[in-house]
Amino acid sequence: MQTKPESRPPLLEVTDLKTHFPLRGSFGQRLLGRETGSVRAVDGVSLSLRRGEVLGLVGESGSGKTTLGRTILRLAEPTSGSIRFEGQEVVGLSEPAFRPFRRRIQIVFQDPHASLNPAMDLWTAIGHPLIVHGIIKDREATRDAVGAALTRVGLTPVDQFLHKYPSDLSGGQKQRAVLARAIILGPDLLVADEPVSMLDMSVRAKILELMIELKRELDLTYLYITHDLATAKFFCDRIAIMYLGRIVETGPTTEIFENPRHPYTASLLRAIPDPDPDRTTPRDLPRGEVPDAAAPPLGCSFHPRCPRAFEICGWESRDLRDLIEAHWTRIPEEQYERERKLVGDLEVLEEPSLVAQVPAGRGASGSDVGAILRRMRDEDPDEPLWTGVRDTRVDDGHAEVTFGEWLEPLLLPDGDAEVACHLYDEQARSKAR
Amino acid sequence: MPRAVVWAGIVITLAFVLLAILAPLVAPYDFDTYRDADGVRFVKQQAPSAEHLFGTNVMSTDVLSRVVFGSRTAVEVVVLALLVSLAVGLPLGLVSGYHGGKLDRVLLLFMDALIAFPSLLFAIVIAFLLSDSFGRGVLTAALAISITYIPQYYRVVRNHVISIREESYVDAARAIGAKPRTVIRRYVLQNVIQNVPVLATLNAADAILTLAALGFLGYGIQPTEAAEWGYDIQRAISDAGAGIWWTGLFPGLAIVLLVTGLTLVGEGLNDVMNPVIRRRPIRKVVLPPRAEQS
Amino acid sequence: MPDPVVSVRNLRIWYGTTRGPVRAVDDVSFDIKPGETLGLVGESGCGKSTLGRGLMGLLPEGAAMDGEIVYDGTNLVGLPARELRALRGPHIGMIFQEPMTRLDPLMRIETQFRETLETHEPDLSRDEIRKRSLEVLAGMGIPPTRFRQYPHEFSGGMRQRIMIALALVLRPKLVIADEPTTALDVLVEAQILGILADLKRNFDTALLLITHNLGIVAEACDNVAVMYAGQIVEEGRSDDVYRTPAHPYTRELLRSIISLSTTGLQYIPGAPPDLTDPPSGCHFHPRCPDVMQVCPRQDPVEMPIETGQRVLCWLHGPEKQIPSGGREKLEQQEFALADEA
Repeated sequence: MQTKPESRPPLLEVTDLKTHFPLRGSFGQRLLGRETGSVRAVDGVSLSLRRGEVLGLVGESGSGKTTLGRTILRLAEPTSGSIRFEGQEVVGLSEPAFRPFRRRIQIVFQDPHASLNPAMDLWTAIGHPLIVHGIIKDREATRDAVGAALTRVGLTPVDQFLHKYPSDLSGGQKQRAVLARAIILGPDLLVADEPVSMLDMSVRAKILELMIELKRELDLTYLYITHDLATAKFFCDRIAIMYLGRIVETGPTTEIFENPRHPYTASLLRAIPDPDPDRTTPRDLPRGEVPDAAAPPLGCSFHPRCPRAFEICGWESRDLRDLIEAHWTRIPEEQYERERKLVGDLEVLEEPSLVAQVPAGRGASGSDVGAILRRMRDEDPDEPLWTGVRDTRVDDGHAEVTFGEWLEPLLLPDGDAEVACHLYDEQARSKAR
Repeated sequence: MPRAVVWAGIVITLAFVLLAILAPLVAPYDFDTYRDADGVRFVKQQAPSAEHLFGTNVMSTDVLSRVVFGSRTAVEVVVLALLVSLAVGLPLGLVSGYHGGKLDRVLLLFMDALIAFPSLLFAIVIAFLLSDSFGRGVLTAALAISITYIPQYYRVVRNHVISIREESYVDAARAIGAKPRTVIRRYVLQNVIQNVPVLATLNAADAILTLAALGFLGYGIQPTEAAEWGYDIQRAISDAGAGIWWTGLFPGLAIVLLVTGLTLVGEGLNDVMNPVIRRRPIRKVVLPPRAEQS
Repeated sequence: MPDPVVSVRNLRIWYGTTRGPVRAVDDVSFDIKPGETLGLVGESGCGKSTLGRGLMGLLPEGAAMDGEIVYDGTNLVGLPARELRALRGPHIGMIFQEPMTRLDPLMRIETQFRETLETHEPDLSRDEIRKRSLEVLAGMGIPPTRFRQYPHEFSGGMRQRIMIALALVLRPKLVIADEPTTALDVLVEAQILGILADLKRNFDTALLLITHNLGIVAEACDNVAVMYAGQIVEEGRSDDVYRTPAHPYTRELLRSIISLSTTGLQYIPGAPPDLTDPPSGCHFHPRCPDVMQVCPRQDPVEMPIETGQRVLCWLHGPEKQIPSGGREKLEQQEFALADEA
């Protein structure tokens, strides 16, 4: 379902938004109240949303998509950047100054069973926004407005549902009630964070259909956050793919699905389980998992898993460590025992650096380590990491691998889409050569 | 907990509360009456008899009346102590749990320190300090006792608030634009309050004992102000050697009964309100024979 | 034709609630042969999790079970707890949804593996234990250098892989996986499915995969059994069931899935029934678009059909048991939203 967004100024414009959460380190540091590092949940995101559009924000866990949604609603404080709502800057506003905006932006959460106050019946819960904003003075007077909202979301007969508590409702009914509460103030923008992923398959369609109706009837704009590309394809006009706090690709829905550019997008598409009997389990998937947002990889965050990474993507010492450990899962046990003795503690490689000094074990020398690395390279010369190696050397106590300079990938236009990947960045590639 | 036992606790507690309320009507004499209507002094340390069902003590006052008025004292002090500790502990726990940050850290440290003090000792010290300003009446005793319970309500409420603080419906309330005051009052408070009644009842049982201990040690209520069971027991110690058993037994029984009653009510409440512990009456399933296929 | 690893016949598992017995599993039968993967799919409340737990003997108090679960010639139903425990692990491995339930957070991975192997194969030497553990972990992509770490030092996907390794290290003949990938991201899910698919190839392990995700069953399972209201309404090879679904519920369920090829939204009206009092006759009849006169009156009979599946539906007969007029269409009742899921 794709509608034609009208040509009006952007309803929402986010520029270089960052939301970082400070991390408390070890116990000792915690005792002293010192902070070490931060989780860069949202790390420089820019997007714009036109009125009447549906923008899908797609990513796996750790991508920052939920934090982005919450930051837009000021449920999390932005660290830096700008959020403009119809031209008005809202970052930096005090809570009372921001409150009027809360009538225009609302949110639907993922878990319908946790989104409604167990101590409030639907009448009170759905009518409460009206009282909070002083539109209606008391609960009695909200009855008509609440009734209208209940009717709109399909929870009829109204008299029955007004007095029900969340524990009396099914998952789908709860989500309808949450939608009723979200629309009662007449918002312009609805942020929907995985609204159907916790519902059964056969119920998802009902709720999605309701959201489409509401969009039409109430002229709503949606920011649809999800990990499920299939519902995103159906529901959204444009899609932005997020990975570790950044947007890696964005464009019109058809373009993203027919012509995915970023290797991450491509692998997501291949991995979606499809109830098609002719499909088999995809094999050529990126290895590893989403890395820790507190210590992201250098350069392009996806490079350690990317099958098409090359010199400038951000190779560093931690990648070498992962490679050595992966090598050790593939060789027979006797060989592993032998090699393990020759190599020292790989923990030193955890400090991200372009110069990786792989220590030799006790009684071994740097050339022993060098031999192992050489063997690894011979066994698998196509491993992308080797494209990033500028120089290798052996010393008495270690083998040294020096990686080349890396470049930060920028979100640049490529045809109808925008993608943050060096494969599509001519300037970056020329630097590599 | 078998139902009968809980009901016994409720009956006992209610009996004492009634006794407390209706004391002047139930007790044959006042708590410090030491002579009868004609001005004749009561026989001192007289064994239980028709005029003095529980006997008299060394001050010639009627033991039964002192027990009845003692329950009034106990109820007054305990109710007051509970109210004070709830009034302080509950809001502090709510605010501390919801807002977190420095306030929370400071309060938590403070409350943890309070809990670390041995409660009886602490109550004695506070009673001692307060007796200068407030005298040695019901108020002082109540305040001294309440201080040791404040950290308990604080902790229980705070922990529960922290566990629901991240729930979606609290976030939703903030997203609607509700002020923190409203969020706490309408979305958090109603959902954390379940543990409080149980705690309050068990604290009440403990408070009776603490009050009696204070009275026993001489830091409790001034004897001229009100009757108090612990004080009576202390005075009864010297009687025991002389074979005078009624001056100590009846106040002692009163304490034991009321504390037991309250504890039973508290445990019963716990069973009712805590769904995890509650044993539902699940009957074992018996599978019917299979339907015949025609 | 090799003998099935496990053979379930007429299994019933009812458990008690304050409102009366819940007929979570109501006369279920299936086989799994060595090296085969059976996907057990259904929506929430259909009884598939109870079935999984029943097979492992992990039922709540007050539950009753009858019928047959034949493993290696023994009927597990009614087996004393001690003997059941002996089977769990070396013969029947289990993988749950939340990996932390099986992994002790206070124990290093190495210790957990050693304990497991020492308990069930006491003749193994320390060296052999280490070797086998590292081998199976390497097969899951867990590097040997991390052998001595604690569970919390691993990510969710890696913990799940460790749990699978722990289940496999004893080389069971049957593995029961209850929603193993539901809590995981799409890419990690695909990795784990690949591992499970390799299982049967390399070790001839039989796998029962319980899930609500029809997509992963299509990819990873040879056969599929669709459950509704405590009964298996359709069972057969995945290819056949997905291409030519015989039961209306299967058909409607497949249509309601939103996939990359979805062009319009479909859903099944109404809600799954209350299992303390399921609808009479065929439990699906109130929501069935093809409902006939006979459907509410008589319990359907399991029928084999030409494409190879077994189906529990009067549409497919047997003709002899349908009274005259039974095949006429019945008016499908309207559902108020108050009754919807």
